[in-house]
Formats: sequence, structure tokens, C-alpha cells
Amino acid sequence: MASPDQARFAALLAADRDRILAAWIGALKAAGTVGQGRITAMEMETQAREMLGHLVAAIGEAGFDAKAPAYGRLRDGLAEISRTRAMQGFSPSETAAFVFSLKRPLHEAIARAEGLDPAAAAEIGVEASVLVDQFGLLTVEAYQKRREEVIIRQQREIAELSTPVVKLWDGVLALPLIGTLDSERTQVVMENLLQSIVDHSAEIAIIDITGVPTVDTLVAQHLLKTVAAARLMGADCIISGIRPQIAQTMVHLGVELNVVSKATLADAFAVALRRIGRTVVPARPAASAQG
Amino acid sequence: MPVTSSDTMEIRTSDDIVRVRQKVRDLAVGIGLGLVDQTKIVTAASEIARNTLDYGGGGTARVEVIEEGFRRGVRVTFEDEGPGIADVTRAMQDGFTTGGGLGLGLSGAKRLSNEFSIQSAVGVGTRIMIARWKSG
Repeated sequence: MASPDQARFAALLAADRDRILAAWIGALKAAGTVGQGRITAMEMETQAREMLGHLVAAIGEAGFDAKAPAYGRLRDGLAEISRTRAMQGFSPSETAAFVFSLKRPLHEAIARAEGLDPAAAAEIGVEASVLVDQFGLLTVEAYQKRREEVIIRQQREIAELSTPVVKLWDGVLALPLIGTLDSERTQVVMENLLQSIVDHSAEIAIIDITGVPTVDTLVAQHLLKTVAAARLMGADCIISGIRPQIAQTMVHLGVELNVVSKATLADAFAVALRRIGRTVVPARPAASAQG
Repeated sequence: MPVTSSDTMEIRTSDDIVRVRQKVRDLAVGIGLGLVDQTKIVTAASEIARNTLDYGGGGTARVEVIEEGFRRGVRVTFEDEGPGIADVTRAMQDGFTTGGGLGLGLSGAKRLSNEFSIQSAVGVGTRIMIARWKSG
């Protein structure tokens, strides 16, 4: 509940609203967050006007208790503004500045207020500061949450994008693996490869690990499982891109890949072509005759 | 033995294993380990880090650059307060696993390192140290 002093203050704020709003928008413009193509002065003003309206109404109803239901509309409104700011490319401090720059206009309004005794005015000043701080933090939290959502979405996109199965020839598929093979992504890789084997009626699948920096026993196990599953579906696998240091490390680890492996994708492709009975010949024998 | 750089990292998720690997690789490159030796110590660290997470329930990795005379090396010490290993000799054998892996992690990591030590007590936790020196 709002105390009589707080209720009187709310009434004063409501009467003084236009001046507070003007001062607030002045501060926002001075901070340089308006313009620069991200948000128009008009939008900023609309948002500020709306939030100030919610704030004055909430103080009149519930005083300075930021957790009160009366502040629900202000909280939701600010959270929504922060989310939009995160998407528009504002920095966290620019986002928080939206709320914090209201502090000075509020204090000026308290100083102007008539009919408040000095002790009450001082008390209201402190409480108003605390309130602004709380909502400032709320905007940062909402901003952060939005950013985290973006990161999680990007992780999913990376997991899907970075595991394409490419067709090299009729019946020959290649799976170029890149990056860390943690178990979640390996699952996606395995499913993609097995599905592509069905789709293309592939006989041979080349798994290229040139882009995998570390091959430890877990990665080896994932590879072996993928090879075994492909074999059950009638496709043979060739593992390519085993660099010298990876080969030595695997020998020391004691991992045996019971599968045909080659140093480069080109070597593996040559093996695959031989298996399906194709050869690559120069287009014109005259090429060497020129020299 | 002088330690010229030391970093303690938490191992709580599989992302942390990636971070430990990157840190070990950075230090290994920094002291001039060759590509093969880099790959060996990074792979060994990856194995033990995964054991710390999967069997030890998470723990820490202390990644250090060590010096002895003119020799320099990378040392990683993994500690967890998990259930511990009941029979260390058996756990060190090729193909022994309680978790459905290949059973080569511990023994493989030992073969990939110049120095390896393991202390484990049931109900207390496990501590594994691996190190690789720059030869010459």
C-alpha cells in the first residue's frame, strides 16, 4: 500500500509528468542512444511515455514496493523493451541507461515538489533511487536472457549446418566432419549419414576427419559405431583425413579402426571409384604432346 | 620443480572438456612442443578430463607449464571427489571399462604421456597427473 506521503508524491508526479518526460528524453538524447538508425526519437519517446505512465500509476497504488502486482505492467513493458534492444544491437549498458537516466528527472521532480516536508522528500528520494536501480537490473537481466536465447538457437543451427552429407558420385557419399565431435552433434551426424545412405542408395560412404582437431577414444568410438551402423545398411565406410600426428596418437591410445582409412579425401575417393568400377582418365591425350 | 604458469579450470560439462583441451594445446604450442607431442598431450588430457566428468562426477583440472633445468613441459592434474576407483591396476588395463566406453582412456593416456600418476581412494576421489616434456 502507498503511504499518504507516497500517494501525494504520485499525484505530484502525475501533474509534473510532461516535464519529467521532457527531462528524461533530453537525457536519453544526450546519452546518444537515440538515432544511429537503430531506434527513432519517436519510438523512444513513446516507450518512455508509456513506462512513465506505468511507473506513476504503480507508485500511487503500491508505493515503492517493486515486487507488488501493481508494477507488473512496468516490469513486462521494460522486459519487452530490453528484448527488442538486444535484437536491435544495443549494448547492455545502453539498454540499462534507458532506465537509469530517469533517476535525475525524478530527483528534480522531488526537489520541485511542493507540499512535501523535507524529511519525507529525502526518504522518497532514496526509495525512488532504489526503485530505479531495481528496474535497471531487470532490464539487464531481460537483455541477457534474450542474448542467451540467441546463443542456444545458434548452437542448434551450427549442429545442423556443419554436418552436411555430400554426394561425390552415384553411390558414393562423403561426410566432411569439422570441429569438436561431442556426443550430441555426433548423433546428428550419424542420423544424417544413415538417412543419406538410404536416400542415395549409396554403396560407399567416406568420412573425412581432416577438420577434427582431437581424436580421442570417445571420438573413435563414435566413428566405429557409425561405420558399424552403415555396414548393417549395406554401405562400406572409408575414413579419410587422418593426419600423421592423429595416426601416431591413435596407435598410442590403442584404438584400432577396423576400417579402410586413407590420408586424404582424394585417396579415399580413388578407392571408392575403383570399388564401383570407374576410372578417371585425361580428357585429351594431347596434353603432354605440347611440351 | 618450478611452475611458470598455472591455471585451475572447472570440469562440469562437456564444454569444459573442450576448454581444457584448448588450454593444454595453447600451453603446448607456447613451450614449443612439436605437432605430434601437442596432439598426444591434448588427447591424453581429453581422455582424463572426460573420465573426471563421467566417472568422477566433475572436478578440476590444473594446467601448468613446468621447468626442470633447461627442460620445459606441460603438466595437467585432474582431481575429483567422486566415488574413486576400487581396483586401479585393473582400471589401467586395456579394454577395462565400467561405462560402456572402449576402455582405453586411462591406459592410452599413460602411453601418450611422459609422466603419469594416479591416486584413488574409494569414497574420497581420484587424482591423476599427466605431463609431457619438450624433448631436446
